[in-house]
Amino acid sequence: MQVDWSIYISFIGVGLILLLPRDSKTLIRWVALLTGVASLLVALRGYFAYNAAVNDLIAATGQGFVHVVNRPWIPSLGISYHLAMDGINYPLVVLNGFVCVTGILFSWNIEERVKEFFAFFLTLIAGVYGVFMAMDLFLLFVFYELAIIPKYFIISIWGSTRKEYGAMKLVLYSFVGSALVFIGILAAFFAAGGTTFNILELASKHSFSRDLQIWVFPLIFVGFGVLAGMWPFHTWAPTGHVAAPTAASMLLAGVVMKLGSYGCFRAAMLLFPEGLAYWKWWIAWLAVIGIVYGAAVALVQKDFKFIIGYSSVSHMGFVLLGLATLNVIGMSGAILQMFSHGIVASLLFAVVGRMVYDRTHTRQLDELGGLAKVLPFACVTFVIGGAASMGMPGFSGFVAEIQVLIGAFGMSPWLVVGAGIGIIITVAYILNAIHKVFFAEEEHGGAGDSHGHGQGETGASRWSVSPISLPEKVAAVILMSLLVIIGVYPPIMLNMIKANVELFLRGAQ
Amino acid sequence: MTGAPYLEVFKALSAETMLVVTAFIALTADLVSLRRKDRVERYRGVGTITIIGLLAAIIPLWGQLSSEPVSLLGGTLVTGELVALFKLVIVGLTVITALISMDFDLGRHVGEYFATMLFGAIGMMLLVSTEELITIFVALELTSISLYILTAFHKGELRSQEAAVKYFMFGAISSAFLLFGLSYLYGVTGTTNLRVMQQAAGSSSSSLLSAGLLFVIVGLGFKVAVVPFHLWAPDAYEGAPTPVTAFIATGSKVASFFVLLKVMMIGFAGMEGSAYWCNFAPGWTMLLAVVATLSMVLGNCAAIVQRNVKRLLAYSSIAHAGYILIGLIAATQMGAASVLFYVIVYALTNLGAFGVVAALSSRAGGDNMENFNGMARRAPFLSLLMLVFILSLAGIPPLGGFFGKFYLFAAAIQRDAQTFGLLWLVIIGILMSAVSLYYYLILMKHLYVIAPSETTRISTPAYVNGTLALVALGVILLGLFPEPILALLNRLVVRL
Repeated sequence: MQVDWSIYISFIGVGLILLLPRDSKTLIRWVALLTGVASLLVALRGYFAYNAAVNDLIAATGQGFVHVVNRPWIPSLGISYHLAMDGINYPLVVLNGFVCVTGILFSWNIEERVKEFFAFFLTLIAGVYGVFMAMDLFLLFVFYELAIIPKYFIISIWGSTRKEYGAMKLVLYSFVGSALVFIGILAAFFAAGGTTFNILELASKHSFSRDLQIWVFPLIFVGFGVLAGMWPFHTWAPTGHVAAPTAASMLLAGVVMKLGSYGCFRAAMLLFPEGLAYWKWWIAWLAVIGIVYGAAVALVQKDFKFIIGYSSVSHMGFVLLGLATLNVIGMSGAILQMFSHGIVASLLFAVVGRMVYDRTHTRQLDELGGLAKVLPFACVTFVIGGAASMGMPGFSGFVAEIQVLIGAFGMSPWLVVGAGIGIIITVAYILNAIHKVFFAEEEHGGAGDSHGHGQGETGASRWSVSPISLPEKVAAVILMSLLVIIGVYPPIMLNMIKANVELFLRGAQ
Repeated sequence: MTGAPYLEVFKALSAETMLVVTAFIALTADLVSLRRKDRVERYRGVGTITIIGLLAAIIPLWGQLSSEPVSLLGGTLVTGELVALFKLVIVGLTVITALISMDFDLGRHVGEYFATMLFGAIGMMLLVSTEELITIFVALELTSISLYILTAFHKGELRSQEAAVKYFMFGAISSAFLLFGLSYLYGVTGTTNLRVMQQAAGSSSSSLLSAGLLFVIVGLGFKVAVVPFHLWAPDAYEGAPTPVTAFIATGSKVASFFVLLKVMMIGFAGMEGSAYWCNFAPGWTMLLAVVATLSMVLGNCAAIVQRNVKRLLAYSSIAHAGYILIGLIAATQMGAASVLFYVIVYALTNLGAFGVVAALSSRAGGDNMENFNGMARRAPFLSLLMLVFILSLAGIPPLGGFFGKFYLFAAAIQRDAQTFGLLWLVIIGILMSAVSLYYYLILMKHLYVIAPSETTRISTPAYVNGTLALVALGVILLGLFPEPILALLNRLVVRL
């Protein structure tokens, strides 16, 4: 079973769930979980096999791709069903698997329309797997659009806070982004002679004129950049993340935003090196603005979930900044940051959405407080996730962001100054959130009572909440251990990333 | 026209003949033996006869599918693979319409209903199989008159009558325009055969010919419902009984677009002009570019505010007509193939969508959006099918609508891959698709998100569910494996 089975297993899971009666909720949850675990295991097996073989592979063939499937799909247009893996998309495929499994675990308490929830969720997962693996522009686009629609239903049915607005905004932003990509893809296809959609063939031909590259590159880059939370096209992200149910926030911030940055890398940067050279300063500065802006807005938020929502915008800025550096260390950092932020964002959204909000029914910082006593596990989890988010050494976030910064220094020290300001603000808002939500016992006043869910102040704590359940603990431990593993032993992932980034840069010059 | 090859003509028209016979059998059977039966039984009985007749008509068409193209009686009647393929499509659409109708109560004129529907289908089939102006007109009238009658079939309902009158008025005026335009063409070229006309027109560049072209576009523009000739569509779609709406929106669209394609690409070949951005030149592509832009923008924007599902689908179909014109404006083989491919996908998808509306609205008490609230819980299977159809209309992969749209846009860009002259149309089309996604999702929100006011399950007959499921399967397969039909169309349009 090769790694493409991750896609098929997810679709099979959707089919099975649709066939189950809607009342057997436990069974549906287990089917979803087993589907997620199975697809993750398939992906992990491929990952470690590739990791062991990557250096030999590159030495032998001069390129880092393992072609999984490549068969003609619509030959008259040169479209093929081509899935290939390298050191760039393997980490992301594995990330998707982890977020899928933990997302299902964090959704264990969903009682309403369980069948439809997991059907939509797994469809989304399958689409995301497909985008990361596709090496044919058309196929990539197909999977990309396939992943748009389930988000709408997941958010608008199971979400909270202005869910229909958030869902529609997110879908329309992604769709308009994909429209730009679509125009760019068609233009590239016909400019290259109209014979193939294969990304690698298009890239190796280098047959695009400079003029074409200069106008097509921004179309595709911005089109995907919308989904990556690129400032100023980021506004869907906070509202969408906040409106979404926990598993969907995890997936949106953790994986779907990476679809965008991955698309920027794979489609725009690989195909249009001259366009990239022309536009890279724009990208870098927009990224820095995103870093600072996201962090600054997160600092003044009153809603716990909005803090994490804006922090995603800020952290995705590091990805875009790293990609724009065009040197090995910066780009490797960007790719690693995609993985790292995927895990961090999932963890933080899980704490906010599942562990805190589902129990307290409020996310206002003023109304929360003192949760460390009643939910110590949530507190520890958030502190670890927050530390990784701040870029504390020992966690994956540090390894990723420091590389991005070093890379950016090579481009211009001023970029690093800007990003550094962002990091300082990040420390401030994370600490502020930790303080207000988990400690800060005395500050709450009467705010909780006026909203009717302060639960009164009886005895030791005003919160009478159910303890953290087993599925939550398992999922949180999985995510935290990933942060630590990458943080302590980065080569396990960085090795393959670096090797492939080097190849990319050699091809681009 | 001495020594007309009667045997050949009869062979070419065998499918149509079978349908005429079926129509009379249906009428007689209803009159003689079913009249005293229960209404439901009559619908089932006559409907079954109709469907058997239609299925029987597939046999001769299947034979023609592999025959060499023949042109009889000076182009009045042509046969060949492409014609047979589209006749098959029309027969298929009619079968599904008849199946949907069997579950729908349209009053006591059962035999008349199915017979009129068959006459309409015959008109569409003739329309597909002719390259001669007079016959085009006659076939178009046969189709239209049948559809006027069908629209009025809800005898008790005022809006059905209103719809029929509006449809008839606009239709009659458009026919007048068309006939007027055709008379100019005949006057200038001295022929009614499209292929002869192409050669005759090539040598003369008179302003009369341009006037003829303009009138023909107006006339056919009414039939395919493009802005600014669309005014009848929303009312007719909303007022007509839903199975009839399905028939108007699919069968007649297929035939009309086919004939539009033929008239433009054969009859007016050489008068394309140019629709390239900043490089316009008078001709039919330029005129159609204006019409297409208006249709896409107005159709999609007007659909946003609709509260009635059928009306919403009417505006969406106006917008889709705009997308289809993009392929025609490309005026290449790929463009023609993309138009034909999209027309098939579009007809199938819309038929499915109207089929679901027909099945659900009669049981949910109306066809406003509110009536569909929470349908996902009351009728999960049909809601799932509706999701497939609507997402296909919105152009979401891997459904047929996505690939169809992709192919249309690809054809437009391929037309001029050096300077991207038609890119502006593609950009409008794509941005308007984003607008359309909004209202399609609003519709799906009513089905999937909003809680229903009553929670009773809605059960629909198994044959309706089965038929619609097959249609949905077709939509999915056309999106997943477009290559066979695409290759076929690309091979066939060469001869166009």
